[in-house]
Amino acid sequence: MPASAGAGAGALDARTAAVGVPRAAPAARRPDWNGRLAHLILLVAVSVLAFPLYYAFVISTQTLDQVSSLPPRLWPSTAMLQNYAAAWSRSGMARLLLNSAIVSIGIAAGKIAISLLSAFAIVYFNFRGRQVVFWMIFVTLMLPVPVRIVSTYQVISVLGWVDTYWGLTVPLMASATGTFLFRQFFQTIPDSLAEAAQLDGAGPMRFLWSFLLPLSRANLAALFVILFVYGWNEYLWPLMITNTPDMRTAVIGIEALVPRSGSQLPEWNVIMAAAMMVLLPPVLVIVAMQRWFVKGLVETEK
Amino acid sequence: MKRAVFRNRWLPYALVAPQVAITLVFFFWPALDSLRLSLYRSSPFGDRLIYVGLANFEKLFADPAYLRSGVTTFVFSFCVTFVGMAIALLLATLANAKIRGLGIYRTLLLWPYGIAPAIAGIIWLFIFHPSYGILPYLLSFVTTYQFNWFLKGWVAMVLITAAAIWKQFGYNLAFYLAGLQGVPESVLEAASVDGAGPVRRFFSMTFPLLSPVTFFLLTLNMTFAFFETFGLVHSVTQGGPGDATAILVYKAWKDGFEGLQIGLSAAQSVVLMAVVIALTAFQFRYAERKVVY
Repeated sequence: MPASAGAGAGALDARTAAVGVPRAAPAARRPDWNGRLAHLILLVAVSVLAFPLYYAFVISTQTLDQVSSLPPRLWPSTAMLQNYAAAWSRSGMARLLLNSAIVSIGIAAGKIAISLLSAFAIVYFNFRGRQVVFWMIFVTLMLPVPVRIVSTYQVISVLGWVDTYWGLTVPLMASATGTFLFRQFFQTIPDSLAEAAQLDGAGPMRFLWSFLLPLSRANLAALFVILFVYGWNEYLWPLMITNTPDMRTAVIGIEALVPRSGSQLPEWNVIMAAAMMVLLPPVLVIVAMQRWFVKGLVETEK
Repeated sequence: MKRAVFRNRWLPYALVAPQVAITLVFFFWPALDSLRLSLYRSSPFGDRLIYVGLANFEKLFADPAYLRSGVTTFVFSFCVTFVGMAIALLLATLANAKIRGLGIYRTLLLWPYGIAPAIAGIIWLFIFHPSYGILPYLLSFVTTYQFNWFLKGWVAMVLITAAAIWKQFGYNLAFYLAGLQGVPESVLEAASVDGAGPVRRFFSMTFPLLSPVTFFLLTLNMTFAFFETFGLVHSVTQGGPGDATAILVYKAWKDGFEGLQIGLSAAQSVVLMAVVIALTAFQFRYAERKVVY
């Protein structure tokens, strides 16, 4: 009597479900179920993460009337071009993006060059004061910009670097992370390589340029991605040492579009358009160079 | 130590010179100057400095606003770090299976890291906007409570915490997923055969095995919550309403640059420095001992 047996099993199912006793899943189907759950969780996580960006994008395509009407509209509208054009001209976006590019590439390149040289000296030379230099660099790990706000500003003004590209880049170029990364890496390179190079008559700079540098390509790329993103998104430093719109970086500059007084109605569609333009470059760098980004994140944090 | 070293009298000094120069001028000089300035206060006209000993520190620690700022910073960092990481770990554990397309998920998780805290703040500001934002709109169906962060400190706090967690969450999850892939399945199966339930299995096996990842993420998130969120606070709440979101770094900046109380701001820098040094020391000690590699 297959029908009644089925009904009996169904009733049993219903009863256990009602009582809430968990039933062991059949062993054969278990992995499949796990995989689906994993996909479901990840899809939800990824969507929740993407929603604010999507919402910001949608706002950036709407007219001001649409932005300020309820219920909120969740699909793109027609005002995209004029919003982006308005954001571009009103904030002086061309100059802001140029400044951000100069600053972030400058910081990344400078930091890499400086830390590469000092790590090379520390690993490959025996010189008086080597330990002192090493500890001096190490201690800077403990002194991020915010803990020396006023004093650093005074140093910059003594140097006459307020509102200059020098002021925006040079002070952020020295930090221990790059030096440590390269030091760590150089120590994994067998001594025989340096010996062989010396036998071939290569001097130290030749060795650095033709042997170490090509070997360090992966580290260079990883460090570059992290430092580019860091430089692009740096906030406190450019806020402190720039005081003309021409020297503002993009992240600081778009704040000019957000009115602080309550009486003026902010044009959220234009603000979001500006935000989209400013956030795009570092996000693209991360997506395009994802592999290096993860490597850089792990290694700079060591 | 390397045995094969190059010999040169002056070259190593030339090589370290740029870094040493920048370190001295932009790290040591300002740090020492902060120490010195913390013992002074500006004269009423701001034209000279008057030595006051430790008065700035006494004033700071007797100031309820400063102590509140300390509590705010602690609550904020705790929420961003622990809540953000705990949810990521929970989801990663639930989603720990052999999945296809992990690389694509990784990309979709990592991109928010590239967004500046200030920009993340502006996006979330609009989501929370009392008149047009989608969140107060949705909540208005459930309750008549006004979630107005312009007026209510705790809503402003939730706003900046949400923005900060949003930016960090994806890579927390991505790193936990990657870490879990490294936990050998046989270990978990053995524990399961021993009769350990999922919760016990998690706390006795998975969590200890993930401790390097946790430690790495903890450092990263804590530094972020402490220092990099300045842009978030500055661009969104300006420390308000009242001083509900004035974290320590924001307060040090505000007292120094807007209040022009150089000595008081320097004293705050010194306190922050002490905190950072303590955290770094803790990091190194703890990292050596407790982390299972």
